[in-house]
Amino acid sequence: MSVRMIVCAKQVLDPETPLSAFKIDREAKRAVPPAGADPVVNGFDEIAMEAALKIKESAGGTITVISVGRSFVTDVITKPLAMGADELVLLQDDAFETADSFAIASVLAAAIAKVGGFDLILCGRQASDWDNAQVPLGLAELLGVACLTIAKKVEVADGSVRVHKVAADGYEVLEAPLPAVVTVTNELGEPRIPTIKGLMEAARKKPTVWGAGDLGIDPAGLARTELADLFIPERQKRCELIEGEDEADSGRKLARKLREAKII
Amino acid sequence: MADGTGVLVVGEVKDGRLSPTTGELLNVGRKLADGVGQSLGAVVMGADLGNASREAIAYGAGTVLVAEHALLGEGHLDAHVVALEQVCRQAKPNIVLIARTEAGRELGPRLAFRLGVGLAQDAVALSVDDSSRQLRVTRPVYGGNAMAVVTMARTPQVVTVRPKAFEAAEKDESRRGEAAQIRVEIPSSAVKVRMVEKVVEQSTGNNLEGARVVVAGGRGLGGAEPFRQLAGLAQLFGGAVGASRPACDAGWLEHSYQVGLTGKIVTPDLYIAVGVSGASQHMAGCSGAKVIVAINNDPEANIFKEARYGVVGDWKKILPAFTETVRELLS
Ligand SMILES: Cc1cc2nc3c(=O)[nH]c(=O)nc-3n(C[C@H](O)[C@H](O)[C@H](O)COP(=O)(O)OP(=O)(O)OC[C@H]3O[C@@H](n4cnc5c(N)ncnc54)[C@H](O)[C@@H]3O)c2cc1C
Ligand SMILES: Nc1ncnc2c1ncn2[C@@H]1O[C@H](COP(=O)(O)O)[C@@H](O)[C@H]1O
Repeated sequence: MSVRMIVCAKQVLDPETPLSAFKIDREAKRAVPPAGADPVVNGFDEIAMEAALKIKESAGGTITVISVGRSFVTDVITKPLAMGADELVLLQDDAFETADSFAIASVLAAAIAKVGGFDLILCGRQASDWDNAQVPLGLAELLGVACLTIAKKVEVADGSVRVHKVAADGYEVLEAPLPAVVTVTNELGEPRIPTIKGLMEAARKKPTVWGAGDLGIDPAGLARTELADLFIPERQKRCELIEGEDEADSGRKLARKLREAKII
Repeated sequence: MADGTGVLVVGEVKDGRLSPTTGELLNVGRKLADGVGQSLGAVVMGADLGNASREAIAYGAGTVLVAEHALLGEGHLDAHVVALEQVCRQAKPNIVLIARTEAGRELGPRLAFRLGVGLAQDAVALSVDDSSRQLRVTRPVYGGNAMAVVTMARTPQVVTVRPKAFEAAEKDESRRGEAAQIRVEIPSSAVKVRMVEKVVEQSTGNNLEGARVVVAGGRGLGGAEPFRQLAGLAQLFGGAVGASRPACDAGWLEHSYQVGLTGKIVTPDLYIAVGVSGASQHMAGCSGAKVIVAINNDPEANIFKEARYGVVGDWKKILPAFTETVRELLS
C-alpha cells in the first residue's frame, strides 16, 4: 500500500540555548531568541520525519510536512525536505504568533483538509518550547481519528498502524486502524542527517504558503487559554564547593561533609 | 459549557487501588475548593474499582462519582476519554484536575478538545484570582527555563498537574463522603486503539521513583562501564541509579533510567549527579530532591547553580575516593 503521510513540524527556539543566553520579554510575554542564533526544527519532529521515511522505505508512500508559525527561517524549516519529504506546506500568518495549542490544532486540521486525504499523521511527542504535548491529541479529536502517543517504533500494514509505546516499565504494543495520529519519542532513534543530494533537491522544491485567509479561518476566536505572565524563576546560588588537596581528597571531604550535615 | 461549580479530581486506579498521585490532586483540590467555597469531588473510572472510592473519601473527596463499565479496563484510554466527557457534561464541574501521568497526559488534552474548553498543562502551582475567580495555573515552559501563568475563560477549566509537585493529602479513614454510581455509555466504536501486548522490561531492582538516594550519571561518564561504579555507590545507600537522556540515547542504560522532563520525576532525599551538566530538562525530573550534590569538571556547569554541594573536577578521580569514604562512614 502507498501510505499518505503528514508530518507536523514546528520551528522552535534551540532548546540547547544556554540558560545564561535565555531571555524573556516579560512585557510581550515571549522568549527572545539570542542574537545570531538560528531556531531549529523541534527535535521530536525530526524523529517523526525519520519514522515517516522508514515507513516510506518499507511500505511506500508520500510525506507532506506542515508547519504553523508567524515567520520561518528558510534553511531551518526546509530541513525535512532535505531529509526526504515530498512537499512542505507553511501556514504562515502574523495571527499565528500567539496561537495556543487549540488554535494550532485547528489550523493544522483545516490545512490537512485542504491538502486532501491522509492515512497517517506523525508528530513529535511535544514541542520543546511550551512542552505541551497536546496539539497531536487535539488534532486527532478534531479529525475524529485514533491517537497513539510516545512511540519508539511505528509500522504500517494492512490498513492499520502498530506502535511500540514507551511505558515506565517497558512498552505497550498498540494497534489502530488508519487513518490515525501518532506521536514519536527519542527512543525511536536518531533522525537521519540530510545528504548533499537531499539538500540540493530541497532547494528546488518550493513550499506552499497559506495564511489564515487561505484556510478560511479566524485564529482570534480559536484560542482557549490566555497567557497571564511569563517569567524566569529565581535560582538561589548557594552551592558549597568542596575543595581538597587534590581531586581524590575533595571526594573524601565531600563524603565527610555530607555526614556532618546528617545527609548520609 | 455553562458555568459549573466544584472541583473534580480524576482518580487513577491501578489494581483496585487509588494511585498516590490522586492523593496529591485531592490535596491541592481541597485548597482550591475551600478557597472558592465549592465542593471537592472525585471520579473513578474502571472495570473493577475495588476500594478506590472509599480511598478517595479518606483523602478528602466529598462525593465520589463511580463510573464502572466493562470497557473501562486499565489501559483503555479511548473508553476513558468518552466516559470522562460524559461525567463532565453531567456533573458540570468548574475545575477538573488530572495528574500528568502516562494516562493523564492523554486524557487531559482529549477531554479539553472534546468539551471545547481550555487546558493548562503541567501545573506546579495553582491559585484562584481574587477578582476574576479564574484559576491561575503556573507551569514550567522552555524545559523549565521559564515559568508561565495560564488562565482559561471557559468552564470546566481543565488542568493537568505535575506528579510530585504537591504533597499527598493526609489519609483519614474516618472521613465521610458519598459514593454515587454514574452511568456512562461507551459505544464499542469509540474504542479505536487496541492493546496487543504489554512488554515489561523491569530494570531489575532499580526502583528509581521510590528511592531515597539516586546516583545519576550523564554524558560526562563517557560510556556504560562507569555506570557500574554509580551502581556500587547507590548500593551503599540502598538507592537507585538514574541517567540523563544522552546517556540513555547512547545506549549506556535503558531509557527507563532516564530522569527529566521526558523521563522520570524523582524526589529523593539525596541526588548525586555525576557528569551531568544540569540542563533544565534534566532538572525538571530531580529539582524536587532535598539535597543535590554535583560532581562535574566544568565550574560553569548549570548543575552548580542547582546543587547544594559540589566538587569541581574529574569524576574518575573523585568518585572512587568519595565512594570509599562513604563506605567507611556507613559501616
Ligand atoms: C523537549 C526536550 C526534552 C528533554 N528531556 C530530557 C530528560 O527527560 N532528561 C534529560 O536528562 N535530558 C532531557 N533533554 C536533554 C537536555 O536538554 C540536555 O541535552 C541533557 O540533559 C544533557 O545531558 P548531560 O548533562 O548528560 O550532557 P551534557 O550537557 O553534555 O553534560 C555533560 C557534563 O559532563 C561534564 N563532564 C565531562 N567529562 C567529565 C569528567 N571527566 N568529570 C566530570 N564531569 C565531566 C561536562 O562538563 C558536562 O557538564 C531534553 C531535551 C529536550 C529538547
Ligand atoms: N506550530 C506547529 N506547527 C506544526 N506542528 C506543530 C506545531 N505545534 C505543535 N506541532 C506538532 O505537535 C507536536 C506536539 O506539540 P505541542 O502540543 O505544542 O507540545 C509537535 O511535536 C509537532 O509535531
